[in-house]
Amino acid sequence: MDFNLSAGMFDSELNFNPLVSDKTYDVMILGGGPAGLTAAVYCIRKGVSTGLIVKEIGGQVALTAGVENYMGYRYINGVELVQKFKEQVFQFGIDYDEGTAVQSIDAGDIKKVHFEDGRVFSAKALIIATGKSWRKLGVPGEEEFRGRGVAYCSTCDAPFFSGKNVVVVGGGNSGVEAAIDLARVAEGVTMVQFLEKLTGDTILIDKLSAFKNVRVIYESEVTSIDGRDSVESVSVKNRKTGVVDQIAAQGIFVEIGLIPNSGIVKGLLQLNQAGEIMVDCSCRTSVPGIFAAGDVTDVPFKQIIVAGGEGAKAALTACNYVLNR
Amino acid sequence: MALFDEKVKKQIKDILTAMKDDVSLAFFTQEFECFACGDTRSFVEEIASLSEKIKLAIYDFQKDKDAADRYGVDKIPAIVINDKDNNHLGVTFYGLPGGYEINSFLGSLMEASGLREPLKDDIASRITAVDKDVHIQVFVTLTCPYCPGAVSTAHRLAMENKRIKADMIDAGLFPHLVQKHQVSGVPRIIINESHSMVGVQPIEKLLDVIEKM
Ligand SMILES: Cc1cc2nc3c(=O)[nH]c(=O)nc-3n(C[C@H](O)[C@H](O)[C@H](O)COP(=O)(O)OP(=O)(O)OC[C@H]3O[C@@H](n4cnc5c(N)ncnc54)[C@H](O)[C@@H]3O)c2cc1C
Repeated sequence: MDFNLSAGMFDSELNFNPLVSDKTYDVMILGGGPAGLTAAVYCIRKGVSTGLIVKEIGGQVALTAGVENYMGYRYINGVELVQKFKEQVFQFGIDYDEGTAVQSIDAGDIKKVHFEDGRVFSAKALIIATGKSWRKLGVPGEEEFRGRGVAYCSTCDAPFFSGKNVVVVGGGNSGVEAAIDLARVAEGVTMVQFLEKLTGDTILIDKLSAFKNVRVIYESEVTSIDGRDSVESVSVKNRKTGVVDQIAAQGIFVEIGLIPNSGIVKGLLQLNQAGEIMVDCSCRTSVPGIFAAGDVTDVPFKQIIVAGGEGAKAALTACNYVLNR
Repeated sequence: MALFDEKVKKQIKDILTAMKDDVSLAFFTQEFECFACGDTRSFVEEIASLSEKIKLAIYDFQKDKDAADRYGVDKIPAIVINDKDNNHLGVTFYGLPGGYEINSFLGSLMEASGLREPLKDDIASRITAVDKDVHIQVFVTLTCPYCPGAVSTAHRLAMENKRIKADMIDAGLFPHLVQKHQVSGVPRIIINESHSMVGVQPIEKLLDVIEKM
């Protein structure tokens, strides 16, 4: 029996104050992943007044089983690493809000941050570190059957598909991992891959090929998910021939990568084609006083240590901006 | 064999030092222990050994029918968390809260001891205003990193209002309930057998559903 304990989850939590709405912060940080939390540590230590807004603490790291490439830890589970980040931020005391998402931002000399629940906060500078979220398929049936056959987390939900037929969409690392999780319990697994080959790591693909109950359909895409009360079949179209096949399945796991959470600054900041916020090497965006860091930006390579480093850069640039304003 | 290794034991012990008041655990098993009952009993015994503030009572589900009824326990293994005066808070775990679920268990334990983060005023008054019997069941798997959040929210609601009860249910142990509610993804939240929600929900969303019932 494993215990995935979040160490220190109960002692550091109290060392923060709620955000104050009639105050203008020097720097307001949006996002509580490695980029946002690192930025927070740098800002506080620079002595600027700092607010931190977090929808879900830890971001993608909280959803990662094990990390082996963050320096200082040969191996650490994601939840534990998040706790360490959090403790490091809260040892200083900070104005903090967790649980609500930012909905929009007004630029201008003083920036305004609007929450989904109607609250508004102001700051001289903003750091956008809202990271990435799972991409959805966007096909008919996906929303309707969510939790009734449509799933996004194979470690969570694989046991419910024991003895059943399932589809896994996506042929990258997360798709291959999901297929392996499912192949252990399911009757049959059909992988649907957009490209002509799987793009996951060789180690994983070798592991997958040991299972006899997995088949892969290449150069194909899911066009709809169908059923009455729950998923019964998945329509898959061959991208070359245009032929649509119905695959009988009681479940479909969507593992098609991530999209940047840049919706809140769309139309305000310059984004690239992938929807990532474009930044220069000092983390400046196209609007003065708004900085961005981590996976939500066009920085090459999306990794914890990269996001943390970018968060540090964004914080230092933002502090300079505030002091020289 | 001990469930907790030395490292986990020390971490849990450290966390428990912040407990405010005593907490009483009522554990339900039976003479011929069910699948998972034995391990779950070791779990509560080990937890109780890590803090003087935790009082443990072990009940036989069949022989101690009164106690089971008092706490609304209808299956085993069940761990009920009560406050220092053994008042029923409506907080139950069906199954062994291992894996990620250790976090919701320790969280509820701390909250039952009186260590609670304040709720926003409007949320607090909405919870107080609930004047019907509400039973929230949260289905989880122990490998689900999102599930403890859903369990904690439900348990917090229970602690704040006597009319609300909330259960964590390990989907792996109660296949008939999984079948009944057609659970194929977790966390799955069932309110009063009739309303069902998929995924982690903010406390406001749960209140929206409860208020409309
Ligand atoms: C399954 C998986 C495994 C991985 N494994 C590794 C690994 O082993 N090693 C490694 O280096 N990297 C790994 N990565 C990548 C790494 O996790 C990311 O690069 C890193 O987390 C990016 O950090 P970030 O702070 O930019 O964004 P994120 O971690 O995505 O955090 C974004 C934060 O912003 C918040 N947010 C989003 N929108 C809003 C809003 N509107 N309002 C308020 N807050 C908002 C989120 O709640 C979150 O707190 C993995 C990623 C995944 C998904």
